[in-house]
Amino acid sequence: MMMVPENPKSIRVDLQLIADMIEPNTRVLDAGCGNGMLLNYLWRSKNVDARGIEISTEGVQACVSSGLSVVQGDVETDLKDYPAGSFDYVILSQTLQAMHDPREVLTQMMRIGKRAIVSLPNFAYWRVRLYLMFKGRMPVSENLPYEWYNTPNIHFCTILDFVTLAQDMGLTIEQSLFLNEEGSSKTIGHSLAAANWFGEQGVFLLRQ
Amino acid sequence: MSADEVKHADPDRGAAEGADGVPNDAPWTLPGTRVCLAKDTALRLDSAVELTGVHIAYQTWGTLNDDKSNTILVCHALTGDQYMVDPHPITGKPGWWHHMVGPGKVIDTDRYFVICSNILGGCMGTTGPQDINPATGKEWALDFPVITIGDMVRAQKLLIDHLQIDSLFAVVGGSMGGMQALEWAYQFPKHVFAAVPIATAARHSAQNIAFNEVGRQAIMSDPDWCEGNYNRHAKRPHRGLAVARMAAHITYLSETALTRKFGRNLQDRDAVTYGFDADFQVESYLRHQGSTFVDRFDANAYLYITRAMDYFDIAKQHGGTLAHAFKDTSVRFLVMSFTSDWLYPTRENRDVVRALNAGGANVSFVEVQSDKGHDAFLLDEPDFHKVFEGFLEGCAEHRGLRRKPQ
Repeated sequence: MMMVPENPKSIRVDLQLIADMIEPNTRVLDAGCGNGMLLNYLWRSKNVDARGIEISTEGVQACVSSGLSVVQGDVETDLKDYPAGSFDYVILSQTLQAMHDPREVLTQMMRIGKRAIVSLPNFAYWRVRLYLMFKGRMPVSENLPYEWYNTPNIHFCTILDFVTLAQDMGLTIEQSLFLNEEGSSKTIGHSLAAANWFGEQGVFLLRQ
Repeated sequence: MSADEVKHADPDRGAAEGADGVPNDAPWTLPGTRVCLAKDTALRLDSAVELTGVHIAYQTWGTLNDDKSNTILVCHALTGDQYMVDPHPITGKPGWWHHMVGPGKVIDTDRYFVICSNILGGCMGTTGPQDINPATGKEWALDFPVITIGDMVRAQKLLIDHLQIDSLFAVVGGSMGGMQALEWAYQFPKHVFAAVPIATAARHSAQNIAFNEVGRQAIMSDPDWCEGNYNRHAKRPHRGLAVARMAAHITYLSETALTRKFGRNLQDRDAVTYGFDADFQVESYLRHQGSTFVDRFDANAYLYITRAMDYFDIAKQHGGTLAHAFKDTSVRFLVMSFTSDWLYPTRENRDVVRALNAGGANVSFVEVQSDKGHDAFLLDEPDFHKVFEGFLEGCAEHRGLRRKPQ
């Protein structure tokens, strides 16, 4: 059985960035929570009321075994079942690009959460740009290991694209970070163009 | 597991029946304990009938801890009973959840105090239609009031109160047992820490009512049923009850399971006989299921219990919105369904999950892959057991109980 560490001291760096955006003693929904690493960390280190949605049986099993409340289901169809304003934060980590209707998912997240946290791979990252430019093929890397024909990532976007969508939807970006390949994070702030070149991932804290 | 592996901590064990001033209906000869409750204050049923002197037969396993926080109540299904661990006293078959309950098992009797009682309306010691109506001194038969899942749960609450347990760590059950688990969480949320409804629904579907009606009509069309008074005429509607069981049994399986088990294989013959013998193995199997069932089950009890299932609809009292029934509940839920269960399909279990989420409840849900149909909840399904055990472990931690040693 997959087991989540009892008292996680460290978690993946992008998950840590998300965790740092979350206030203690809040209600959190992690949409697509995998084996519950982030939720478990948040529960144990920040005493949050941690809930999750996960599509895989193994993931749900690992989560439920570590005391988390997780529902097996599809983020795309199941978010609508949650009442408005029922969470302080709704997290979507590395998943928006795999949604059929990312804008609708974001709308649902903003409906049920006071804030949303979204992390995504940046398709305008310089290595991705060079791969496409020089190889002429869809980029495949350690972080994006799929071929074009089997990738779940059907809606790749860039940091700039996401910021534009958030603006279109009238959302306020309270905090935005990008992660470079060394795994260190920087605030996007006004250097959006630079972030769009050098950020391998973007992490955004949004509110209505 | 043998009986002596399990520690019993039961205040009523060996208590003399009849010492409570209520006349004995029949001598209590089966294993376990039977108490008479609702002696002073009647049990008021949903039908507004009041029952006094309600007998409840039950078994327990494990030991109640000092602060009485480790009780798991297991609710049995339509044709189950309190004999879920040890071999059944009538059939000799292993208990219906012997995979699940015992030392070191999912419901770990080394750590939990486990109770299973025969439901109200049942026929294994708890008050039901085959008992004597104290008002007339005769068997109730069809004069027995129609009972509901809510009534069953209120009767179980009497037992829990009698055992001086204020709060249950968990209420668990599959099928009709799952309905009781939901009903417990609904009626007594302050007395339930966690609920595990398995392969169930918050209301009976038209299809399920239809199947139950076939069963009831099979019983009632047996001339030996005698309008419910078969005992008075020294008869038993065996054929009707067996047909009811055969029809129901099909709904507990899946086409895949039936095909795998029997296919079109013939029973002890090389060719069909051009007659109506049980040529096919599946026919022989169903006939066997029917004929063994009648030895341990009462026909009128079957009518009453299936009726209770049909009437079940928690949302009805809340304008049809299930979420209102569980609004802001403190109970932690684990709902589980099985992919090949067409009697209580995932869709209906998901309706429960959706409503619990909408009500803000703490809920987990897993759809377990299995081709064994509704019966999967009774079988050794590793994924099902792992998630169930994991949930109980997580709840134990939240409740401050000791987790299983790694």
